Amino acid sequence: MQTHRRFDWDPVFHVLTLGGGLVLMLVVGAIFWELWQGSQLSLEKFGWSFLVTETWDPVSETFGAASTIYGTLVSTLIAMLIAVPLSLAIALFLVELAPPRVSALVGGGIELLAAIPSIIYGMWGLFVFAPFMSETVQPLLAHIPGPFFTGTPMGIGMLSAGFILALMILPFITAVTRDIFRMVPAVVKESAYGMGSTTWEVTRKVTIPYGIQGIIGACFLGLGRAIGETMAVTFVIGNRHEISASLFAAGNSIASTLANEFTEASEDLYLSSLVELGLVLFGLTLLLQILAQWWLKRTRRKMGGGL
Amino acid sequence: MRERSPARRKLTDLLVRIVSLLAALFGLFILGWILYVIMARGVGAINWAFFTELPAPPGMMGGGLANAIVGTLLITVLASLIGIPLGLLTGVYLAEFGGQSRLAEAIRFCSNLLMGTPSIIVGVFVYGLIVVPLGDFSAWAGAVALAIIMLPVVARTTEEMLNLVPDSLREAALGLGTPRWKTTLQILFRAAGSGLVTGILLAVARVSGETAPLLFTSLNSPFWFETLNEPIGNLTVTIFNYAMSPYADWQAKAWGASLLITLGVLGATLLARTTLWMRRK
Amino acid sequence: MNIATAVPKTGLALSPDGDSMDRTHSDVISRPRGEVKISARGLNFYYGNQQALVNNDLDILSGKVTAIIGPSGCGKSTHLRIYNRIFELYKGQRATGQLLLDGENVLDSKVDVLELRRRIGMIFQKPTPFPMSVFDNVAYGLKQHYLLPRSEMRDRVEEALKAAALWDEVNDKLDKPGTALSGGQQQRLCIARAIAVQPEVLLMDEPTSAIDPVATAKIEDLIGALRGRYTIVIVTHNMQQAARISDYTAFFYQGTIVEYGETETMFTKPKVKQTEDYITGRFG
Repeated sequence: MQTHRRFDWDPVFHVLTLGGGLVLMLVVGAIFWELWQGSQLSLEKFGWSFLVTETWDPVSETFGAASTIYGTLVSTLIAMLIAVPLSLAIALFLVELAPPRVSALVGGGIELLAAIPSIIYGMWGLFVFAPFMSETVQPLLAHIPGPFFTGTPMGIGMLSAGFILALMILPFITAVTRDIFRMVPAVVKESAYGMGSTTWEVTRKVTIPYGIQGIIGACFLGLGRAIGETMAVTFVIGNRHEISASLFAAGNSIASTLANEFTEASEDLYLSSLVELGLVLFGLTLLLQILAQWWLKRTRRKMGGGL
Repeated sequence: MRERSPARRKLTDLLVRIVSLLAALFGLFILGWILYVIMARGVGAINWAFFTELPAPPGMMGGGLANAIVGTLLITVLASLIGIPLGLLTGVYLAEFGGQSRLAEAIRFCSNLLMGTPSIIVGVFVYGLIVVPLGDFSAWAGAVALAIIMLPVVARTTEEMLNLVPDSLREAALGLGTPRWKTTLQILFRAAGSGLVTGILLAVARVSGETAPLLFTSLNSPFWFETLNEPIGNLTVTIFNYAMSPYADWQAKAWGASLLITLGVLGATLLARTTLWMRRK
Repeated sequence: MNIATAVPKTGLALSPDGDSMDRTHSDVISRPRGEVKISARGLNFYYGNQQALVNNDLDILSGKVTAIIGPSGCGKSTHLRIYNRIFELYKGQRATGQLLLDGENVLDSKVDVLELRRRIGMIFQKPTPFPMSVFDNVAYGLKQHYLLPRSEMRDRVEEALKAAALWDEVNDKLDKPGTALSGGQQQRLCIARAIAVQPEVLLMDEPTSAIDPVATAKIEDLIGALRGRYTIVIVTHNMQQAARISDYTAFFYQGTIVEYGETETMFTKPKVKQTEDYITGRFG
């Protein structure tokens, strides 16, 4: 009996799905290519000095990225300084202290912080949080000697931007840290408790060292998010192209500069300089991603694939 | 041998417990604070006209954001139409064909990179890719930007969910002579089921609240759109523009739009999360 | 007290021939003569609503090795985990009755758990080296409970490692991570860590179940060497091990203590049929 041989669609399906993956790779390549191409004008004109020049003056067409890079790094640093200890404390609460039900509920609440859109943080930051900072927090901080807390407490500025960034990355670091805390084998913890340790001693001496690499990986991921966060920062950072030591002062970040000026840039060199800013930001996040992934892979190998 | 004071050790422990409880409460407090502010300030701006009328001219009272609401929905739907199929295909490739091959690993790596790429960079990219060649901002450009952000998230969810389907199910289907594509579409997708759907819903919800990638792609518009090749009004960019404006009425509208966006995104997220949670139970 | 009344539903009621039912409690649960270190009195244990231990009475002699045997799920580990109140880490687990350590009820809420756990060390099924160096592992408890000058710390660590018969193998690896040692060495490291704080009692919960035979022999030798200085209670599913290393043996079945007495008597002339069945390998 002769059977009717149907056409084999499987190779087509295979190629089709592969096509999806290739599009994804293509997009990443194209982003880099386009940022590179778009930056050419600025690259030729300013070269490496672009990275260290503070002036950003569309009128005289002199552009330097120093103040935006500084703002990006400082606001991210503030965010990390606040978010990392806070996340560790919350993860400790969720894993070691709270009863399971409370833990699930509180953990869910903290995760919801990640679902709030960036622009909402911006609205809250500009209209509610910044006034609160200028009236309540900054006058208190002004008593601290040193260059960091000087100047008019305007509410908006580097400090507020860093704080809001901290809130935005908090749920990510907390979630990963919580999972890592949970991965420490119960018997190891019991063993430490069995030595007569308090919860804090077990956490500090055993749990954290056990998961330290994963926690560092989580921090990389949080850092990557903070560094490219746009809208919330744009609302509260103040948008000023100058570097000041004071954290009360207005500043800007790469992302906020792009958000504010990209549609206004009519001159080719201006636009090209903005694109180069984008290239710098893309490069930074690329670097962080590669570091984070390499680190996590290494950790996963070490911890036996539990992550 | 001097003993460490147990009382002091316990006091330290208690302090740490209190600090970590306070940290958790602080997180919840911030969540509550933001949600409260959005509710309190947003509710006043919401009325019938808000949903039905076009924005009033600068400085004028009244009007609504009907076009922006529709615009946001439209851009999100268009983005989903592009991003979800591509993401699904990529996820299927990674889970079913790629395995640990070099190509698959490269795609995974790129997917992670794309997921970590700031959304504003995607905006700049699409500006050069679509806006410049076409000569105008457009709904399409915004949709493509959002689709690019969606793509890696959908791909990862798909891969993860397909990996959860036991191999025995694949073998059973293939053993019956079912072709691979049919096995995947009819059996594996059904088995991955609600997990896949909720994962995708989470991606769509996240993307619908994005602003940065729309700034230089869709731009914004106070009018109804006639084609998909012109600037289109949308809620998030409207919030940005109105919030920065000096008009009290516009700022009130920005709060109304914030409430709408928050309810939409948070609502979808909560829905997806509880579904996932119930399923796990 | 008749044992049948102490065991309402489970336990000995399963014995079909009723052999044990006629025996009196004091007959099969002996009260060995000597200095009692720990004694359980009417000890019950619950996982939520489920009762896991029923009315356990047990006298553990000071300086002796006492083995707890029984089929898996009989409650032998559960019983041991009451001694240092480690079960309290988990919600819904609770113990009632009395557990007297030198005559003081350990379960009393006024007892300082940290100090209790310094006095009662515990070794677990799997080796549990902490993520730190060999030296720091042994010094862990010392640093926590005492303020010691460096030189004395070194002496105490060395002493503990020697007592755990590990010093010769690791004295050149003190800075290496504890996890770098072999499984058997890790377990002896844990024993060194436990004895460094000079406890009075050592609890061992199947300490050789994850370890190869050669390393097991070393640990059994070590337990023999520690006899006398420490009161040792060891849970084991390995009857030969119990016979080899213990002075006294308690046989647990379904949450109750079926028989308790000198190891030699127990393994040669068990009084209860169930014990005999178990040690001859007829069940469990």
